Amino acid sequence: MSPARSTTGKRAATASAAVSAAATDATGATRSRRSGSREYLLRLYVAGETAKSVAAFANLKRICEEHLAGRYQIEVVDLLRNPALARGDQILALPAVVRQLPPPVKKIIGDFSNAERVLVGLDIRPLAARRGRR
Amino acid sequence: MSDRRSRAGRTRPRPRPPAALAKAATGIVGFDQVTDGGLPRGRTSLVCGGPGCGKTLFAMEFLVRGASELGEPGVFVAFEETREELIANVASIGFDLPALERQGLLAIDFIRLDRSQIEEAGAYDLEGLFVRIAHAVDSVGATRVVIDTLEALFASFDDEALLRSELRRLFHWLKERRLTAVVTGERGDGHLTRYGLEEYVSDCVILLDNRVENQVSTRRLQIVKYRGSAHGSNEYPFLIDAEGISVLPVTSLGLDYPVSSERVPTGVGPLDGMLDGGGYFRGSSVLISGTAGTGKSSLAALFVDASCRRKERALYFALEESSAQVCRNMRSIGLDLHAWEKRRLLEIHAARPTVYGLEMHLVAMHKKIEAFEPRAVVIDPISSLVTAGTPTEVKSMLVRLFDYLKTRQITCLVTALTHSPGLDESAVGISSLIDSWFQVRDIEIDGERTRGLYLVKSRGMGHSNQVREFVISSSGVDLVPVAIGPSGVLTGSARLNLEAEQRSRRLAREHDIARQERALARRKRALDAQIEALRAELATAEEDVQAGISEARDVDQRLLDAQARSAQSRSASRTAHRGGRA
Repeated sequence: MSPARSTTGKRAATASAAVSAAATDATGATRSRRSGSREYLLRLYVAGETAKSVAAFANLKRICEEHLAGRYQIEVVDLLRNPALARGDQILALPAVVRQLPPPVKKIIGDFSNAERVLVGLDIRPLAARRGRR
Repeated sequence: MSDRRSRAGRTRPRPRPPAALAKAATGIVGFDQVTDGGLPRGRTSLVCGGPGCGKTLFAMEFLVRGASELGEPGVFVAFEETREELIANVASIGFDLPALERQGLLAIDFIRLDRSQIEEAGAYDLEGLFVRIAHAVDSVGATRVVIDTLEALFASFDDEALLRSELRRLFHWLKERRLTAVVTGERGDGHLTRYGLEEYVSDCVILLDNRVENQVSTRRLQIVKYRGSAHGSNEYPFLIDAEGISVLPVTSLGLDYPVSSERVPTGVGPLDGMLDGGGYFRGSSVLISGTAGTGKSSLAALFVDASCRRKERALYFALEESSAQVCRNMRSIGLDLHAWEKRRLLEIHAARPTVYGLEMHLVAMHKKIEAFEPRAVVIDPISSLVTAGTPTEVKSMLVRLFDYLKTRQITCLVTALTHSPGLDESAVGISSLIDSWFQVRDIEIDGERTRGLYLVKSRGMGHSNQVREFVISSSGVDLVPVAIGPSGVLTGSARLNLEAEQRSRRLAREHDIARQERALARRKRALDAQIEALRAELATAEEDVQAGISEARDVDQRLLDAQARSAQSRSASRTAHRGGRA
């Protein structure tokens, strides 16, 4: 479908089992089961299991675990499987994460290697800072 | 619409030798002619230009014509206008995008770019864009793609280096998928596009332009680059109207039009007489020049009227009067142009010269001629076109118009206003393009202004060299042979005076002759009477003489008788005497 798939698909498969699992879960069933209880609903868009996708998922997960432990859910949408979904969130650059909840919708692109920008982008105050204020 | 379709059909790429570049017809009138077949098939073309120059429309027409007329589905990737806006914008030129979408021939994907919503946190690429385009292309099986305007990306992403490498990848990807693509770009300072997109598109670059000169705007199209193909390198004027874009490849015409020796009457009998008895050649160009109010328009209207009478359609471009005004004015010389209009034999198009540029006038005229297919065209007056351009430009426009009309065998009559009574420069400028040139001139004698008409030239026919007086009345126009008086050419009342004088002189001579004839008759009668009297006298004399003679004869007879009687009385003796002797 996309030229990216043929070049990077194999390489990504071995990189992280987590991505594969999450990516396959990205369809409705798992989402509806969990979303009601979570404060933060993040949708990660990737195109195939590329190194970049894997890194993005790992980085995002790490940041969330650190700052939103137990309060978040990540949905992974593989646009190579569901290209039509790109239209809904106006996805252009990949990887991209869209904060579906809480409103308003926020969008961050990149491999999320810059944690600070991710926190700013998702409007998450670092846990450390919150503790400090208390 | 139907002729457009056939034209588009004709320009569909024919099987070519393998070495030649395959082309994808755009279906845009004139463009495929200029490019010898259309855009390079399976490659990306860049259409660039300033704001409002018609980039989006060009791209959209490429897709719509491809989908509806050439059986090539397309995808429109829009960055600037939403699907709804695009549909509304092109509905005015008759493109029904929703219908094409329903037929699965077109997909529109609007990509919203909102800088403020996007945070960049690390390395990324534009794979999402690829996915979306690929999805849209696959959804309709598209062979044509438009991306309008790609440069919007530059405003949305910070990392220009990454963007450039992604664009390079995008163009490569489009080519790899053998998509015939049109990418639009905004024109920048000193560059074809603001962000140098031309750097990535090496096959075909088309520049659209909307220039304003002398407060008049003209759209122009130029093929800056077309690798592997012959193409016209000129700037071609183009028009956006209710039927989309029309490019006018006027300069591709050569001097190889057919000629006819058929004659077309001028509408004025004596004028035909001046032209070797026949009129203009069909397909020739005729100029009527003259100062203000010399009846140029009347001659033009008479020509139109004559054409309509022969059931030949005529097209009248009025550049200074409205259609209604032309009709009203010509009614004063007994012509009902409106009736011809109602019978669809005549169309009068009135437009101020300054309403748009010269090239646009040319394109507009071209289109109207194509649509109406007249046998005769009048432009009244061409001199006012100078307000829309320089004389050189006017000349170059008219060259192309005349060439075009000659190719189509359409007789063209143009009028030109001159300011000096002689051969005015503005008219001389185009005189070399003209086959028959009439000059109508003011002649002022004895405080009276009259019009004199003469033929400056008429190619290919023997013609009169005489100056004629040109008389306009409510019953039309007539040409009167001018009188040559002691002080030169006499027209108007001077001519009438001379004619009256000549008439009275002739009358006097006639009287004189009659008088002499009468005198002769009288004298003849008198002499006849005398002859009669003499003859009577002679008769009398004859009678007298005869009477005398017969009287004398009577006397003589009587004498003889008497002698005889006396002899008789003496006869005895004589007989005796005579007998005695016997």
